[in-house]
Amino acid sequence: MSLRIIRPGLLTTVQDRGRYGLQHLGVVPCGPMDPVALELANALVGNRSGEAALELTVLGPEIEFESAALVALCGAHFDATLAGRALPLNRPVLVEKSSSLRSGRALVGSRAYLAVAGGIQTPPVLGSRSTYLPAKFGGLEGRQIRAGDRLPLVPDAEGLAQQRFSNLNVTRKNPSGVKTVAWSAPALTLPEREPIVIHAMEGRHHAHFDAAAQRAFFEATWKVSPDSNRMGFRLLGPALARIEPVEILSEPACLGTVQVPANGLPIALMADHQTTGGYPKIAEIAAADVPRLAQLAPGGAVRFARCSLEQAGELRRVLRQRLDSALRALAWEYTT
Amino acid sequence: MHDRRRGAKNRLKKLLKTLRLSPLGDGAVYAEFGDTLDLELNRSLQALAVALRARALPWIRDVVPALCGIALHFDPFHPELPAPVLEYCRALLEDCFDSAAKFEDSGRTVEVPVCYDVEFGLDLTEVSERTSFSIDEIIKRHVKTQHWVLMVGFSPGQPYIGGLDPGLAVPRRAAPRVRMPTGSVAIANAQTAVYPYETPGGWSIIGRTPLTVFDPARDPASLFAPGDRVRFIPVSRIEFEKLK
Repeated sequence: MSLRIIRPGLLTTVQDRGRYGLQHLGVVPCGPMDPVALELANALVGNRSGEAALELTVLGPEIEFESAALVALCGAHFDATLAGRALPLNRPVLVEKSSSLRSGRALVGSRAYLAVAGGIQTPPVLGSRSTYLPAKFGGLEGRQIRAGDRLPLVPDAEGLAQQRFSNLNVTRKNPSGVKTVAWSAPALTLPEREPIVIHAMEGRHHAHFDAAAQRAFFEATWKVSPDSNRMGFRLLGPALARIEPVEILSEPACLGTVQVPANGLPIALMADHQTTGGYPKIAEIAAADVPRLAQLAPGGAVRFARCSLEQAGELRRVLRQRLDSALRALAWEYTT
Repeated sequence: MHDRRRGAKNRLKKLLKTLRLSPLGDGAVYAEFGDTLDLELNRSLQALAVALRARALPWIRDVVPALCGIALHFDPFHPELPAPVLEYCRALLEDCFDSAAKFEDSGRTVEVPVCYDVEFGLDLTEVSERTSFSIDEIIKRHVKTQHWVLMVGFSPGQPYIGGLDPGLAVPRRAAPRVRMPTGSVAIANAQTAVYPYETPGGWSIIGRTPLTVFDPARDPASLFAPGDRVRFIPVSRIEFEKLK
């Protein structure tokens, strides 16, 4: 039972919850750029949270299903079709054997997760199926997927699909003929009108920057450079100058750290970032806002709003509440 | 033995006085003990990191010892995440100091065969000019001292190793190499690094190890862990090929 890749898309990788507990050995967690969308995608097909799914980036893949499967595409609004008919997003969809799912461009947002009931079963490496592109391990041979790849599913993916779908309350026949439900999960991380506003706290080295740079970071509108990737989003805008160039001893870096290399242009560290670094940290993005930043496509515009540690906690509480209520509703659909 | 334990306790007590905590966003806290590289300090904080990891707190994902401090990475959405987390981490660290002494020097000794031939030691001649030591003297000095893994980072398994003979402390090269060959043993300032992957780098290459530094399919995956002692063992070109 597997998925066959006809066209790979721009950057499609296998990602699960991530690889934790190894950062002291230089291994970063990787995992989904937008963990909120992955969690919803898994819940939509009745999976445990953290199962491996495909992360689609900007331009999606074309996939042939060698067996029937229950899938959900969640996150960015991809222009996608299933056997030639529009694929409803953020819903569980029963895919018939030998049909093909074609995803085009992301119309809103830039990353979506294609979850399959039972999860994608590439072999776990160091406790996770997440693809670690810089060190080339995890996922499918440590790389992005290519045309001709086969992604293994659980042996009974077909039975699981039928069983889970029959448990769902399908009250209304979809006129398009696609086997799905009448409800959908909410999109919690899609970018609103640009520039999107992302909350950030002052970083450890904020005071190393001159007054103009400190102001500019929170006032300028930044553009996501086309050089951005899963390691980091390079931001284009005014160059940020330091008062004096002091050498900083290499120290741990985090998801959401905004560091400024010598050229003065900030880099926001994303899922595949390095575990340590010696560039000064001007800011740290609030954990609740990292998934929304991850949804910004190259060329997208962002502004940073200063927030406190307490406000960041409040943002997390609100996001967790919204996600939990969506997950509760989905769990209810699967149990009734 | 008793004296050594007491020495470790005293070192840790001294360390506690210099503790400075700062948030790394709302997903991690950095416990910093000064901002200059100090081998004794690093040894103590390695012990502290082991003690912290031994707590296995469900909301802490990673305990990352660095050159002068320890990062605690947590799951910011974990239901058991204490608030305010900074105060809690301070209490946790203070609490761990008591148990940390017994972990000092708990690391393994890693023996690293290195072929110091100029074929691999691409910058040996340059280092020789800078230090006015002969190549043989450079090798002798690199092998002689006691080395420690201060931190692993940048790439999976890449060690930052302290304990370099002060006479070998050369600055980073002005023009970094685009590719440091895999297995390169390189020095800069007071440290040695071993490159697990072919990456760019500005350190001076003095040799190469035939060992695989990081292999996710091996157990343990990483040849080096923070706190390990390191012994560099010079090997000939022929031995290098045999060990590969």
